[in-house]
Amino acid sequence: MATSSTDVPSGPKTTAQESPTSPSPHLTPDDRVGLLRDMLAMRTIEQRAMNLYRQGKVPGSFYDGFGQEAVSVGATWAMAAADRLCVLHRDLGAHIVRGVAPATILSQYMGREAGVTSGRDGNVHFGDYRTGCVGMVSMLPDMMLVAAGMAMAFKLRHEARCALTWFGDGSTSRGDFHEAMNWAGVQNLPVIFILENNQFAYSTPIDQQFAVNPVQRAAGYGFPGVSVDGNDVEAVFEATRAARERAIAGGGPTLIEAVTMRMHGHGAHDDMKYVPKALVEEWRKKDPIDRQSVRVTQLGVDVDALRKEVLGEVEEATKVALAGAMPDPATVTDRLFHPRDADEILLEDGEAPWSGFKGTPS
Amino acid sequence: MTEMTYLRAISDGLRTEMREDERVLLMGEDIGVYGGAFKVTDGFIEEFGADRVMDTPLAESGIVGTAVGAAVVGLRPVCEMQFADFVSCGFDQIVNVAGKMLYRQGLPVNITVRLPSGGGFSGGPYHSQNPEAWFMHSPGLKVVAPSTPEDAKGLIIASIRDPNPVIFMEHKNLYRRVKGEVPEGSYETPFRARVAREGSDLVVITYGAMVHTALEATLDLDGASIMVLDLRSLVPLDEAAILAAVHECSKVVIVDEANQTCAAGAQVAALIAEHAFEDLDGPVVRVASPDIPIPFSPPLEAAVLPSVDRVREACRQLLEY
Repeated sequence: MATSSTDVPSGPKTTAQESPTSPSPHLTPDDRVGLLRDMLAMRTIEQRAMNLYRQGKVPGSFYDGFGQEAVSVGATWAMAAADRLCVLHRDLGAHIVRGVAPATILSQYMGREAGVTSGRDGNVHFGDYRTGCVGMVSMLPDMMLVAAGMAMAFKLRHEARCALTWFGDGSTSRGDFHEAMNWAGVQNLPVIFILENNQFAYSTPIDQQFAVNPVQRAAGYGFPGVSVDGNDVEAVFEATRAARERAIAGGGPTLIEAVTMRMHGHGAHDDMKYVPKALVEEWRKKDPIDRQSVRVTQLGVDVDALRKEVLGEVEEATKVALAGAMPDPATVTDRLFHPRDADEILLEDGEAPWSGFKGTPS
Repeated sequence: MTEMTYLRAISDGLRTEMREDERVLLMGEDIGVYGGAFKVTDGFIEEFGADRVMDTPLAESGIVGTAVGAAVVGLRPVCEMQFADFVSCGFDQIVNVAGKMLYRQGLPVNITVRLPSGGGFSGGPYHSQNPEAWFMHSPGLKVVAPSTPEDAKGLIIASIRDPNPVIFMEHKNLYRRVKGEVPEGSYETPFRARVAREGSDLVVITYGAMVHTALEATLDLDGASIMVLDLRSLVPLDEAAILAAVHECSKVVIVDEANQTCAAGAQVAALIAEHAFEDLDGPVVRVASPDIPIPFSPPLEAAVLPSVDRVREACRQLLEY
């Protein structure tokens, strides 16, 4: 069980003398290294998977979150073990923070039996229920309602827990965005909506998606909307941490717009020719991993060594995944319905590495 | 046993299960204070409170989507679509989120979605539809359609207890018209077909309100022995019971109130064509609504919905084949 806002320890505060400044006073040096490590893991796994895709080992297309690592890693870092998440396809970092192993992720991409969905679904279309995560469907804002429903259950049962989901700029055009925002506002639910504004929905730029920035719409639903630098992992963490604290205290939902940029095409098949090169160059200078690397280097950590360590782990995981079996076609109709006499399966707690949760019952 | 209407039997089933299992909650438009558009949940809010008899925003996708979220963290929501017609607004959440969750991710979604369906009282194109086939065509959903008060209670309880998403078709034209003996307390009706009347010359295969139409149409048909098979469950479809009935009777009339193309009866006809061809002693005959919206004006609506006379005539012609 998660804790209420009043008894969540904030962790030791860093000082300007010993560390680079942070948008969050609630991160220890270990947290800040951990954030970088998980972003590195996300990028390294996705780069390896892109490579496997080009070798024909990843079927279909491949979708990554290159340049957006701070959004999923930073937000998930603020979530407690008993919290629940609906994770989208640019948010591999969420699965990494919650404890899904790299080999499992790579197996998933390659449609292997050992993947989270055992080959039933591809790409980042997965959620490992054992980590408290529900995977997306392709109609992305659908998950906003699912997250609102989790939060509704928490509130009905008087539990100090929170639900979180991401969605993109394109999602804000669909009805489920409205239904979820309205529902969460009416019922004052402990839910965090993270608008991952990466400037493009496939090829459609945001100025063809909305006339008014959706973060401003939150007020119309009766709760705050805040905009945050989506390429600053510590800023994303802090905004999410504050939103969670509000939610747990009964303050209701928060919409967080994480402003970022989709640095790759919609999928591996997309050459992104519709994106001005200057725009990509501009955003390349704001790379979230580079930025966190500067901070972590100032903390006295050898970032190159950290990169090598992560790379080694991903290479090892790749070997494991490649050695894994493909699913047996004879099982293709299995698991359509859950048997009445089988054990009940519900979402379970995930890992919650933030130092602020250490020592608290989960 | 207590005699009660089909509508009261659904209420009784919901109330019984809510008393037994505190995880069960009802969600829908106007179901709490008002007691539901048809009063299925009349008085519930007084017994169970507003948290468990939840008046929701007018948002069908919202009702189903939040129910999915609540289900995967341990509640057992029963959603009411005010009219089955309105489920189109929640279709995506049912078909793409609830129906595929277990297959994709190993996570069952224990929700029940109640669909007050069917025509016969000038509801017009948006308050008369029978959309069960939409969900039969979508993997991962169970679809049930009781015809009697006893089965309505037993199937709503079984639907809530089933760990999968269940579409519960409740026919509005049965709500107050049909009465029957209903067992007290808790019991489950299996997701299998039921022989509504024994017979050996011809079988009428149907479900929901059309069971009553079929029983009336064939009560006295020139002395012929007519079986009526009430499917009760469309997914899973009780193939063994269908094939056994065909084997017994050799002549088959299939009745749907739904629009004819790809209706539940079309699946039944296909099953018989594939697996019971040698048992047939005549063409499989279908009676259904033509593929048009259900019109408002009484003579137009009566011309569309399968009537006692149409079913009787179809049976008579097939008997003479």
